[in-house]
Amino acid sequence: MEDIFQGYKGGALDVLKKYNVRVWGTAKITTTRGDFEGTILPRSENDDDQHIVLKIITGYNIGVDIMTITKMKETGYKKANYKIPEKEFPFTEGLPKVKLFGTGGTIASRLDYRTGAVIPAFSPGELYGAVPELADICNLTTEKIFAVFSENMGPKQYIQLAKAIGKEIENGVDGIVIGHGTDTMHHTGAALTFMVQNSPVPIVIVGSQRSSDRPSSDAALNLMHAMFAAGNADIAEVMVCMFGPTSDEYGLLHKGTRVRKMHSSYRSTFRTIGDTPLAMVDREKIVNLKKEFKHRRKDRNVTIKPYFSDKVTMLYYYPGMKPDVLDAMVDCGYKGIVIVGTGLGHVNKELYSSIARAKKKGVFMFMTLQTIWGYVQMFVYETGRELMSRGIVPGGNMLAEVAYIKLGWALGQTDDLEEVNRLMITPINDEITEREPYNGYLLYQGGIPEVEEFIKEVHK
Amino acid sequence: MQKFNPLTNYQNTRKSIGYVTRKQATEKDYKRIGFMSGLEVHQQLKTKKKLFCHCPAGILHNHNNFDAEIIRHMRPTLSELGEYDGTALMEFKTRKEITYRLNNESACTYEIDDTPPFIINKEALEYALEISLLSNLNIVGEVHITRKQYLDGSIPAGFQRTAILGVEGHIQLKHKKVRLIQLSIEEDSCREVSDIGHKRIYKTDRLGVPLIETVTYPECYTPDELREAAEYIRFLNRSTGKVRTGMGAGREDVNVSCKGGTRIEIKGVAHNKWIPELSHNEAFRQWALLNVMKKLKKQVKNQKEWKIKSIQIDPIQLKLQNELMASMDFSDMEVYAVNLVGFLGILSHFTQPNHCFANEITDRLKVVACIEKPNMYHSEEIDGSSVKVDFDKIKELLHANDDDAQIIFWGPKADIPTALETIEERCIMAFDTIPPETRKSFKDGTTIFERVLPGADRMYPDTDAAPIPLPNDYIEKLDQNLPVEIYQRYEQLRSWEIPTDTDHYILRNNLVPVIEKIVKLKIPAKFIGTFFGHTLKYVEGKHKKHEDFKYNRIIKMFEYIQKNKLHYDISKLMLPVLIEHPNMDFSSILTSIHFKKRSLEDLLAPVNYLNEKFKETDSKTDKSKVANWIMGQLHMQATGNFALNELKTKIENAIK
Repeated sequence: MEDIFQGYKGGALDVLKKYNVRVWGTAKITTTRGDFEGTILPRSENDDDQHIVLKIITGYNIGVDIMTITKMKETGYKKANYKIPEKEFPFTEGLPKVKLFGTGGTIASRLDYRTGAVIPAFSPGELYGAVPELADICNLTTEKIFAVFSENMGPKQYIQLAKAIGKEIENGVDGIVIGHGTDTMHHTGAALTFMVQNSPVPIVIVGSQRSSDRPSSDAALNLMHAMFAAGNADIAEVMVCMFGPTSDEYGLLHKGTRVRKMHSSYRSTFRTIGDTPLAMVDREKIVNLKKEFKHRRKDRNVTIKPYFSDKVTMLYYYPGMKPDVLDAMVDCGYKGIVIVGTGLGHVNKELYSSIARAKKKGVFMFMTLQTIWGYVQMFVYETGRELMSRGIVPGGNMLAEVAYIKLGWALGQTDDLEEVNRLMITPINDEITEREPYNGYLLYQGGIPEVEEFIKEVHK
Repeated sequence: MQKFNPLTNYQNTRKSIGYVTRKQATEKDYKRIGFMSGLEVHQQLKTKKKLFCHCPAGILHNHNNFDAEIIRHMRPTLSELGEYDGTALMEFKTRKEITYRLNNESACTYEIDDTPPFIINKEALEYALEISLLSNLNIVGEVHITRKQYLDGSIPAGFQRTAILGVEGHIQLKHKKVRLIQLSIEEDSCREVSDIGHKRIYKTDRLGVPLIETVTYPECYTPDELREAAEYIRFLNRSTGKVRTGMGAGREDVNVSCKGGTRIEIKGVAHNKWIPELSHNEAFRQWALLNVMKKLKKQVKNQKEWKIKSIQIDPIQLKLQNELMASMDFSDMEVYAVNLVGFLGILSHFTQPNHCFANEITDRLKVVACIEKPNMYHSEEIDGSSVKVDFDKIKELLHANDDDAQIIFWGPKADIPTALETIEERCIMAFDTIPPETRKSFKDGTTIFERVLPGADRMYPDTDAAPIPLPNDYIEKLDQNLPVEIYQRYEQLRSWEIPTDTDHYILRNNLVPVIEKIVKLKIPAKFIGTFFGHTLKYVEGKHKKHEDFKYNRIIKMFEYIQKNKLHYDISKLMLPVLIEHPNMDFSSILTSIHFKKRSLEDLLAPVNYLNEKFKETDSKTDKSKVANWIMGQLHMQATGNFALNELKTKIENAIK
C-alpha cells in the first residue's frame, strides 16, 4: 500500500490523521499564529514529530508547529510525478567508445522543484538530457553495477568492478569511466590499480564535490573531463579525474595509487601526493605533466587479479598508545596491519613487545606515515631499527590508505609472508616511487603554471 | 507615399497612448492605465557576522582590493530548461565566464561554495523575527532553509540560501492597509564590478551579509502610494535599531504592471525617492507595448509565419554614410542586416522618455547575445541619424518593402546566431506579449532590460541545513520587547505637536526613542522635534559629521544644559561644534562658541544706553521696532541664559 504520510511519525502523524490530510494534499491550516496554506510535503525521517512541512505558494517551505494547529482542511491533492526527460544519446562516427560504470552516488541529476527531490540521471539518454556536451566527446554506453554510497564501497565492490572492467576491455571499449562518490575514491583508485593490471585503455574515476542540482556544480565539467580523458588520453592507467583549481578551468588526472582527498569540501580536494599529477585535462586537450606513464595500446591483454582478504586492518599511532590495542587486533585474527606512524615511521617503546608477539603469530606489519608526505626511513633513529628488527616492514612513500588496500589484495592471494613482503615492496604503478621531485611537494596543485613559476623564483 | 519621420512617429505614438509626465499625471491617469504595483524591500541586518559563515559583516572593499580570483560558470539545471534542445545548448555556449574577487578579510571558503554552511546566525534570525512580528506576520513554526536559484552568477553557489519567517501580514498607511505576502531572511548577493562581453566580474564582500526581504501584495495603485509603502517599511525596519544604514543597505525591487500588462520587476532601487518616476514610466512602457501589439495586428497579417530575414553585409563596401557606421571598427566582427516585415513605425514607437521599441532590441543584444553597445543601427533612429541612402541599399539587398523596418547589427562571429535569434524572438513576442523581465533602473526614471524574469519554480530545500523550530515561548519573549508600530509613531509625533515636515527625517533615523529620552528632561517635545528635523538636518548638510558622532551625545548635551540651568536654545549653537567634535566636553563647546553665563541684570544693563543710541539716529520710530533692534544686539549673549521671548518682554518693559 502506498504511504500517504511519508516520513511523518508520532504527534505530527496523529494530527494529519485526525484532520484527514495527506502528503501532497493542499491544505488550509488554522493556527494560534495565524493561517497557513500550501502543499503538505513529506518529512525527513530524522526530523522531529512536532512539525508539518508545507510548501507555500511562493515556492518556499515552512514548518507548522502542531501544538499551534486548531483546524486543518485538505482542499486538493496533487502528487508529484517526476521523471527525467530522456533523449537518445546520439552516435557520432569517429568519436571514441566510452563505457560509464555507475557505482551509486549521483553523477548527474535534475530537480523536482515542487518537491525538492533530486532525481538521478544515469542512462545515456538521461545523461544526454543533463549534459548534452557529452555527445560531442564520445559515444557513450552505461551500466549500473551497484548502488552504494562512497563510504560503503568495499572489497566486494572492488572485485565486482574489476571483473566488469575486464569484460568491457575485452569487448573493445576505448576508455572506461567510473562514477564514484568522492570520499573513498582514492581507495578504489588503488584497488583497481592492483586488480586491473596491464590495461590497454584509460580507466578514469570521477565524481563531484558539489551535487549536480546546483548551477555551480563541478559534476558536469568533471564528467566531460573524465569522458574526454577516457576516450582520448594516451595514459592507460587507473586515474582519478577531478578539479585542478576550485575554478571552472581544468581537471587533473591523478594516478590511482598516489591520489588522496585532502579537503572535506573543496572542489579541488584531490591531490597527487609525493609526485606531480599525470596530466591536465579540459574539454579539448590533455596536457601531460609527467613524462613517464603507461601508454594506450591496441591489444586487449588485460590481467584481472580480483583478490582481497578482509583480515587486514590499520593502526593509527598516537603518543601513549597501549600495547593492548595491537594485541587485540592480533587476537581478533587480523593477518595484516598497516601501522600509521609518526615522523619517519615510529611508534613508542611500549609497543615493542606486542609487535614481537604479532610477528610471532605470523602477522604482517607494514609501516606508513602520518605526515602523508615523504618516505618512511627507519634507519635514522634507534627506534626505527628496533621496530624493523621486530618485523615491521617499511613502506617507502606508499600512502597509508593505499597500503591498506594493497595488503588486503596481497593477503587475498597468499598466506606466504615472504610472498606478501615481495608484493608489498614491489610497486605495480608508483605506489612506492624511487624519487620525489621538488615540484611534487605542492599543496597548491591548482595553480599550474603560476605556482610552478612561483616555486622556481622563491626559496622554499 | 508620405515620407516617414521617426521622431514624428515617436512623438505621435507617445501622444496616442496618452502618455503624461509624472508631474502632469493625476489619479485618473493611473486608473486609466490600471497602474498596479508592489514591493520587495531588502534590508541588511546590523549583525557582527554573516548569515551562514563566520566572516565579519559590513566590511566593504574597493574593486581592486582582493587576494584571489576564482572562475565559475553557471550551468542551467535541467528543470529550468525542461527538454534540453538546441536553443538551450546554444545559450549555454554563449554563456558568461564569471570571476569572483575575494578578500581574505571579508570572505572565506563558504562564499565560493567550497565549504558547507555553518549554522544560521542566531543574532540575524532574532532581528529578522522582531521585524516579522512588527509587520504583523504569521510566524512559522519551523524555519526551513531553501535554495533559490540564480543563474546570473550573483551568488557563486548558483543559489541563495533563504527562509520564510512569516506570511500574511500588513502595514497601516495613512489612508489604507497594504497586505504583506511574506518576510524572508536571506544572504545578500555579490556586488558587480563589471560586465563586458562574455566576462562578468563580481566582488564577494557583501555576499552572505544577513538580509531580510519584505514582500507586499501588488496593492499600491499610484506611484505615491507605492513610495509611501516603501518609506513605511524602511521606517519600520529602522525603528528596531538593528538594521544597517548607508549606501546599499536598503534596496527595493519594484513590481509594476498596467491593465493587460505583465509583472515587471525593477531591480535594486537604492532610493525611495526614485520609486514614483520609475514605476510611472514602467507602467506607461507596458501601456505603449500594448499599443505596439495593436499596431502589429494590423500591419503583420500572418504573425504565425513571421520570420526575420537576414544577410551578412560589408559596411565598408556598401559605403554606409551614417556617422557611427563610418567610424566603427568592424575588424573581428561580422555585420548583418535584418529585415522586419511590417514593422514600419514600430522601431521608433515610444516606450519611455527618449526610448523607443528599438531599445528593447539593443538591450537584449547586449544581455542575451553579450554584444556590447553600440550594437545596432536601424531605419528609425529617433535622433534622426538614420540615413535614407543607407537603408535604400539595405532594403534592396533584403528585397524589403516600404512598410518594413531594418536593423543593421554587428558582433563577434560566435555571437551572431544568438543575436539573430534574440532579434527574432523579441519581435515575435511583440505580437502578443509583454515579456516578463527584471529591469535595471536609472536615475532619470527609465529602465533597461536586465534579464528574463525567473519563474517561481526555482526553489528547493537546502539539504545542508536542518529545520529550526521556533517555539512559542521564544516568540512571545520577542513580542514583548518590540518597538511601537510606525503608524503609532506618527500619532505620537502629532500629539507632541511636532511639525509634519520633520516626520521623514525623524523616522528615517529612528529618532523617536531619542526624543522620548530628551522629553523626560522636561524640554518641550515640539522644540526637540524641530531641533532634529530642522536644525540637525541643516547642520548635517553644512558640517562634516565625525564618525564618532552618535545621537546619544545629543541626549548628553541636553542633560548638561538642564543640569547647568542653561536655556535649551543654546543647543542650536552647540550642535555644529558637537557634530564635528563629538568627544569634546560640553564646557569646552560653550567656550568655543564664546558663551558666557550672564545674569538677567547683566543682560539688561545696556538696554537704556542702546535705547538712547537708537533714538539718536531715528527718534520717531515706534517702540516695537526699538525693542526688536535692542533684542538683535543682545540676542547672542542671551541665548542659553534666558528664553528669548522672556527677554524681549523685559526689554519692552524697560523702554516703555
